[in-house]
Parts: sequence; C-alpha cells; structure tokens
Amino acid sequence: MTETNWGLDRVSVSYGGRHALEDVSLALNVGSVVGVAGGDGSGKTTLLRTLLGLASPSSGTVHRPDDDDVGYLPASSGVYPDLTVEENLRFAAGAYGVDGGDYRVARDELLQRTGLEGVSGRLGGNLSGGMRQKLGLAMALVHRPRLLVLDEPSTGIDPVSRRELWRLVSDAARDETAVLMTTTYIDEAGRCDAVCVLDEGDVLLQGPPDGLVGSMGGVVGEASSPPDTPFAWRRGASWRLWSPDGFETPETRLVTPDLQDAVIVAALRRREGGEVAA
Amino acid sequence: MWALVLKEFRQVRRDHRTLAMMIVMPLLLLVVFGYAASFDVDEIPTVVVGERASAAEGELPELFQVTESHEGWDRSDAVDHLRNGDAVVAVVTSGQEPRVLVDGTELFSARSALTALSQNPSVPEPEILFNEDLDTSAIMVPAIAGMILIFVGTMITSLGVVRERQSGTLEQLAVMPFKPRDVFVGKVAPYFLVAAIDLVVIIGVGAWLFDVPFEGAAWLLGLGALLFLFVTLGLGVLISSVSENQGQAIQLAIMSLLPQVLLSGMIFPIASMDASIRWISYLLPLTYFTQISRGVMVRGEDIAGLWFPLTMLAVLGLVIFSFAIVRFRHDLMPAKVRRSRRPSAVNVARGAGSAGPQPEEGAR
Repeated sequence: MTETNWGLDRVSVSYGGRHALEDVSLALNVGSVVGVAGGDGSGKTTLLRTLLGLASPSSGTVHRPDDDDVGYLPASSGVYPDLTVEENLRFAAGAYGVDGGDYRVARDELLQRTGLEGVSGRLGGNLSGGMRQKLGLAMALVHRPRLLVLDEPSTGIDPVSRRELWRLVSDAARDETAVLMTTTYIDEAGRCDAVCVLDEGDVLLQGPPDGLVGSMGGVVGEASSPPDTPFAWRRGASWRLWSPDGFETPETRLVTPDLQDAVIVAALRRREGGEVAA
Repeated sequence: MWALVLKEFRQVRRDHRTLAMMIVMPLLLLVVFGYAASFDVDEIPTVVVGERASAAEGELPELFQVTESHEGWDRSDAVDHLRNGDAVVAVVTSGQEPRVLVDGTELFSARSALTALSQNPSVPEPEILFNEDLDTSAIMVPAIAGMILIFVGTMITSLGVVRERQSGTLEQLAVMPFKPRDVFVGKVAPYFLVAAIDLVVIIGVGAWLFDVPFEGAAWLLGLGALLFLFVTLGLGVLISSVSENQGQAIQLAIMSLLPQVLLSGMIFPIASMDASIRWISYLLPLTYFTQISRGVMVRGEDIAGLWFPLTMLAVLGLVIFSFAIVRFRHDLMPAKVRRSRRPSAVNVARGAGSAGPQPEEGAR
C-alpha cells in the first residue's frame, strides 16, 4: 500500500450555513500528482484553501506539513508584476530562508528548467501568461517543498506552455514531493495519478483515472442527432449517450468511454437522483 | 446611447462608496466650509503680567480675552506662555511702558490683534515674536509636512496592501512561513521609512526655499512625527482592510484626508470654527501634529509645552494602530490567525505525517 503523507480526512467546510465541502477525504502521497476537478463553485478552491490552512474546516482532519514544506502556486500566479523574474525568485527564496549559494543553485536550476534564463531581468508584468505561470511554479518550488499545491495552473495558457508546466509538475513529483492541483480541464485531470471530481461541494468521483472509467458501468454510445434520454450530452459534432444496459437503436454506435464521459455520466446520474443502476 | 446611460446609473447605484462621495461629500463640504471656513477671529487668548496687570486687564478691548493674569510674572514668563501656545497675546506691564507681545505663528489671530491695537494710539507698537514678518510659508510648511505624511502614510500604504490582495499575492504570503505580524511590519516598514525621508526633505526644502525657521529640537519633531506616522500608517492599513480595490482605497483615503486639511487648524484657525464642528478638530491627528510641528519649528517649543498633543497622538496611534493590526490579521489572513492561535487544533494535524486519509475509490 502506498504511504499516505498528507491530505484531508472527512473534511466538511461551511460558509454561513451553506456547505462548501461535505465529507471529503483525499490522500496526497509523495511522488504522485492528485488532480481536483470540477466546475465553477464545485468546491475546488475551498478544498485547496482548507488544505493550506486559509479556510477552517467545520469537521474532519487536515494533514499538512509545516509552512516551510509547502509550495503554493495561486491561480493568479503569485508573480509580482513590478519585480523582475530574478527578483521574484529571490523574494520567494528569502521567504523560505533559502539564500547564498543554495539560492544561486536553485535559481539557476529553476530558470533553466522553466526556460526563463534568458528573461531573468524582465519584469513579471511583461511576461506572457505561460511564462508567468512557470515563474510562479518556480517560486513555489524554490525551497523544494514536500507538498506542492497548484490552483488551476494551466487555466488560460497555451498548449505548449501547458505541456511544459506538466513536465515541471511531474519532475517535482519525482523529486519526493506530493502534488495537488485543481483544474477545470477533465483531460488534464486524466493525466494525474488520482482524481477527485467535486460537484457542489460533494465528491462525485474519486480514484485513478483508468479505474474511474473502468468502474463507470453501462455503455456509452455515439449518435448523430439528439437522443431522447436524460443521459445524453454533446461531444464535438456528435452526441453521446449512456445506458446501463445497452442500446436498441441501430444508429447508436458504441464507443470506448474516457474520463470525460465517466465524469459526465456520474454528474447526470447524480442530477437524475441516482435511480439508474449501473 | 441610452443603454450606456442606464448601465452607468445601475453601476453607480451599486457602488455605494462612489454614491456616498457624490452625495454626502458635497453636503459635508458645504457644512464644513460654512462653519469652519472662517478667518475671522472673535476672541484672542491673552495673558497679562507685571505689577500693573490688574489695571491693564480692564483697559483691553473686548477682542482680547484674558485667560490669565499674574502680577508676579515678568516678560520671560510671558514669552514662555506664548511659546507654549497658551495665549496669542501677552501684555507685560512691568517697566515704565507696557509692552504687547504677539505670537506671530497664530497668523489670523495676530493680524486681528495688530488691527485692534493699531486703533488705539496710546498702545505702544506691539512686538511680534517667533514669526516677525507674519510669513505665511513659515506657518504652512510645518502643516504641509503633516499633510504629506498623511498622504504617504495613509494613501500609499493602503494602496500597497490592497494591491497585494487584489493581485492574489497576499494569499501567497499567508501560505509562506510568515507570521501575520511579519507581513504587517514588512508591508508597513518601507512606507514608514519613505515617510520619514519625506519629512526631512520637506523641512529641508522649506528652509531652503521659504526660509522656514527651525528653532526647536529635531528629536522632539521626530518624536511627534513618529507618533503621527503610527496613526497615519494604521489608518492606511485600516482603509486597506475595508477596500476591495485600489479605487476604493483612494476614495477612503481622500475622505480621511480632506476633513483633516479643513479642520485641523492647518488653514482655518480652530478658534474661528463654530463650536458645533470644532470638537471634530480635536479628534483629528493632523491637529496635534500641526501644533507640534509649528511649535517646534517656529516657536522653538520644548516638550513641556507639547506634552498634550504628543499624548493625544500617542493615544490615537495606540487605538488606531492596534485596531489596524487586529483587522489586518482577521480580514486579510483569517485562517492563518486561527492557525497561529491554535497550532494543535483538533482538526489540523501538522508536521511529518504518515497516517493520512485513505479515500474510497469510485463514484459517490
């Protein structure tokens, strides 16, 4: 069994009587990347803030390392627009007590890995979105944290920068760090070692991506016209539909489901009261 | 076009602070100017000293309100009395001819006194002390120094803190291994230093360009400025804690600056203000800093004469700065405060852990 280092144990969070998170458990293991996915208002940010100690749980237990061992990349990147790349890094290093030779080694390595070595004198405000996120990630990694928390790191950045960010995140996990990232992209969550999909503060799905698809149950089909079932959704130019038993209509072609299908099916089943047995 | 007009009205209606500035501010200015904007002096605090003090007291015109009369005092006692700001005019009756001393730092009162005295040919030529030429810049520069300290301390500080929160970096600071106190001091200290440098520059330029005197002790002005800065920086942090963006912070900073400029005695003499709003002057930190800066720079006042404004600034600083720290801790870094107070809270396990949660797998 994988050793669990950090995470949430049956945590609930309420704001003014409204539950923002309900009975959520999440294990964060060194060496693995956990993705928390969900739509707007699903509770991703509350989960992340609770883990970081910026929001208090109404019940449950939060396991986290000391502040010195936490790296955090906020959704806004946390980069100071009026400081240069090098000054931003120096500030983050100073905050964690990394200085002198240790800082210089960490700076050179991170600038090289993020591809920012050529723009170390450029102001943070003059960086592209992707470069800013990479700098933010470098700031979160400068002290080699044991827990790395990323709030929607790839939102609004181009595919190339997304790929580079993922490489940095994977490298961090390999360097004995537990990584938690929130995302609105299901395909991105599918690249994580484990996924927790939230819906209105509740856990909708949880587990390794392949396992979630495999345990979905039922069959997924594809149709060219809108099917007459509540378990249908648009995907690209066609429609997809789910059934616990199979399809009788000949125009419905069976397809191999992916994580996105599994999440949508779980959400639709929840909306419909979960009365359809898989 | 109407769609745009309608949209603007809807936005303004929901922006309560802008609405307040548009409606309350003009009313406030009207009332303040109506009651405070007066250069007319109705009564001048006067001290009469010397052997014939009692007799001279009765001969003074009604404008001169005798606050103290001492037959045993001499000229030096009268000068000390003026220097400490306890009176504006002193009549010294010892010697052959009575002498009238006028405090030149109280510009409007001094001018009113000179006008009243000039109508009585039997009164000898009054002697103007501290600001012999009744120079306006000698009075205004020390007060403007206070205004600039408010500008830096309140407006720039509030902008600095709000900018940090608006850009999302304050949350990052909360996650870093800083105590709330570290963040507070780290944010405020640079502005403190800049304001202190500003003060030195203003006084230097004032002396160089306008020949503003510096008669008193620099350390005493420094002490007053230190206490005053605590108030203004605290006010800046307070404003930042109730402002969602930099625009709101600027609005609030202006709303706190304007009454201080109008009611602190910087422009209009407090004695000339209507009693219904005069009390507000005594709640404003700039009132006391102006007394200190004018007292030290122009009159050469010592700490004995300035203990009251110094004490008032200390009290205001203690109250506002403490409140600012509490607001900063609770509003900007809420859970961090609870964490620092309850490091071993039942629902938070920190440090090295290996027995964390084991979530279930699959749909729930």
